[in-house]
Amino acid sequence: MRVIRMIQKGLLTALMGVFGLLLLFPIVITFTNSLMTEQELTINYGVIGKLTEVTSSGAETFVNLKWLPDKVTLEQYGELLVYSPNYLLLFWNSAGLVVPIIIGQTVVAALAAYAFAKLNFRGRDSLFLVYLLTMLMPFQVTLVPNYIMADKLGLLHSTGAVILPGVFAAFGVFMLRQFMLHIPYAYIEAAKMDGAGHFRIFLTIILPMVKSGLAALVILLFVDYWNMVEQPLIFINDPFKQPLSVFLSRLSGEWDTVFAASMLYMAPMVLLFLYAETYFIEGVQLSGIKG
Amino acid sequence: MKKWGFLCVPLGWARWMRRDAAAAWLFLAPSAAGFAVFYLIPFVMGVMYSFMSNTSGGQFAGLANYRELLASDSFRKAAYNTFYFSAVSVPLMLALSLGLALLLNRQIYFRKWLRTSYVLPLVVPVASVIIIWQMIFDWNGALNYILSWFGIDRVDWMKTESARNVVIAVYLWKNIGYNVILFLAGLQQIPKDYYETAQIEGAGRFRQFFGVTLVYLTTTTFFVVIMSIINSFKVFRETYLMAGDYPHDSIYMLQHYMNNMFISLDIQKLTAAAALMVCGIMVIVFGLFGLERRYRQFME
Repeated sequence: MRVIRMIQKGLLTALMGVFGLLLLFPIVITFTNSLMTEQELTINYGVIGKLTEVTSSGAETFVNLKWLPDKVTLEQYGELLVYSPNYLLLFWNSAGLVVPIIIGQTVVAALAAYAFAKLNFRGRDSLFLVYLLTMLMPFQVTLVPNYIMADKLGLLHSTGAVILPGVFAAFGVFMLRQFMLHIPYAYIEAAKMDGAGHFRIFLTIILPMVKSGLAALVILLFVDYWNMVEQPLIFINDPFKQPLSVFLSRLSGEWDTVFAASMLYMAPMVLLFLYAETYFIEGVQLSGIKG
Repeated sequence: MKKWGFLCVPLGWARWMRRDAAAAWLFLAPSAAGFAVFYLIPFVMGVMYSFMSNTSGGQFAGLANYRELLASDSFRKAAYNTFYFSAVSVPLMLALSLGLALLLNRQIYFRKWLRTSYVLPLVVPVASVIIIWQMIFDWNGALNYILSWFGIDRVDWMKTESARNVVIAVYLWKNIGYNVILFLAGLQQIPKDYYETAQIEGAGRFRQFFGVTLVYLTTTTFFVVIMSIINSFKVFRETYLMAGDYPHDSIYMLQHYMNNMFISLDIQKLTAAAALMVCGIMVIVFGLFGLERRYRQFME
C-alpha cells in the first residue's frame, strides 16, 4: 500500500513538475541564451521575422531553440556593461522611477490605511469603495485627463508625471488596510488608556505589527512598477529618460545583447522574489481574504 | 502673534487629535489630496469631456460622442475583442488554476519548489520575455517547428486569428501563479473535519469536492474572478510590445483603440470609450459582488 501511494505521489509530482518547467521555460532559456556568442545566436535565430524567402523556397527553416550554449561566454554582458553606457543609464532611469514610487506609496498608503482600517469617520466605506474602483481601471481610462493634469502641474515630459500618480495609487492603501484589519482593537484601546495619541499608536503599535505587510507591499510595488511600460511611453518623451522596459521592447534582433539585457532586467525581480517569497505570497493571499 | 496661534494650542490639540474623525482626516490627508488630483478629478473630467463637443471651451453635446463612437467599426471591433478575450480566458484561467491548486494541496514532493515555479512568471517583467514569445510564435518559430514533427502545417501565429490563442497563452503563463496562491489560501482555510464529517456520512470524492471544497471556496473564487478580469485588461501590455499599435484585427483591444485615439488626439471618442469601459467594469464588479451576497445568504 505504501509503495503504491509513493508511486502515486511521485507520478503526481512529475506531472506538476513538467508543468512547472513549461512555465519556467522562457526564464531559463533567456538565461542560457545570455551566455551564447552573437554568432551562435545569429545562426540559431536569424530566420525570425523572415517570411517570404522561406515560404517560396519551401525549405524547412526554423529557429533552432537551443538550451545550452556551444561555448559559454560573458560577451553579451561585457558588451552591455562596458561598451554601452546607455544601458546603465536606462537601468538607472528605471530605478529612479521605481524607488521614489515605492517609498512614497508605502508612506502615504500606511497613513491612509490606518484611517480606513482602525478609525471611524463619516463616509469611510464609500470613500474606500472609490479607492477600490480606481484600482480596477485600466490605465488608458484616465489617460487624457491625466495628461491635462500633468500639463497643468508642469509635470509633462518629466519623471514626476510618472512618479506622482504612482505614489498616490490606491493599491497600497487597499493592501495595508487588509493587514491592519487583523490587528485587534484591544491594543489600540490599551494604548489610548495610557494616553497615547493616534500618531503614537500608529508609529509604535500599528507599524511594527504590519511589518510583513509592508515588506509584501514593497515587493508587489517593485514588481508592478519595474514592469511599467504605458506610463513612461506617454509621459516621458525624452529617450534618455525612459526606463529600461520601453527600451528593451525595441531590442529584438540585436543578438549581441538582447538576452543579457533581458536577463539583467529581470534579475533584480527574480532574486528579490526568491529572497522574500514568503512575504510575497502572504501579501497576495491576504489581499484576497475578505476583510 | 495671532497668525501663529494655531501652533500654540497643545492642550486643545491633544484632545482634538484623540477624536477619531479628526485624526482620521489627518492621516488620510496626504493620500486623499494626491488621490483626488491624480485619480478622482481626472476621472470626473474624463466623464465630462465625453459629453462635450470640444475639450477646451466646448459645448455640451449630449450623447453625440457616444453615438459616433458606437457607429465606429474599430471601436466595436475593439470592444468585441476585449469582451471575447475576457469571456474565454477567465473561465479557462479559473479551471486551470483551481486544478493546479487542488493538486498542489495534495500529498506531493517538492511542493514549495513547484509553487515557486508557478509564481515566478508573475515577477518577470513583460519586456524581458517578449523576445522569447517572438522566438516561439514566429512563422519560423519554435512552435511551428514542433508542429512540423507531427506533420502539421505552419501557422502564422501573430498575423492570423490564431493571435487570440497566443495572447491567451501569454496571459495564462503570466497570471496563473497569482490565482494558484489565492486558491491555495482558500483551500487551507477549509477545516479538515468538514471532509471527515462528509466521509462519515458516506460522501465520495466527487461529492466532497462539490459539497465541501467548492462551497467553501466561493469567496475566494469571486475574488479570483474579479482579479482575473482586471488582469485580463492588463494583457494589453504584452500585445502592445509584441505587435505594436496596430496588431492583427483579432487582438485589437479597447486599450489599443484608446491609445490610438490618444495619438490621433480624438479626445471625444477616447473619453467616451473610457466612460463606457468604466461602466462595463463597474457592472461586472457590482454584479459579482451582488451575486456573492445572494449566494452567501442562500448558504446561510
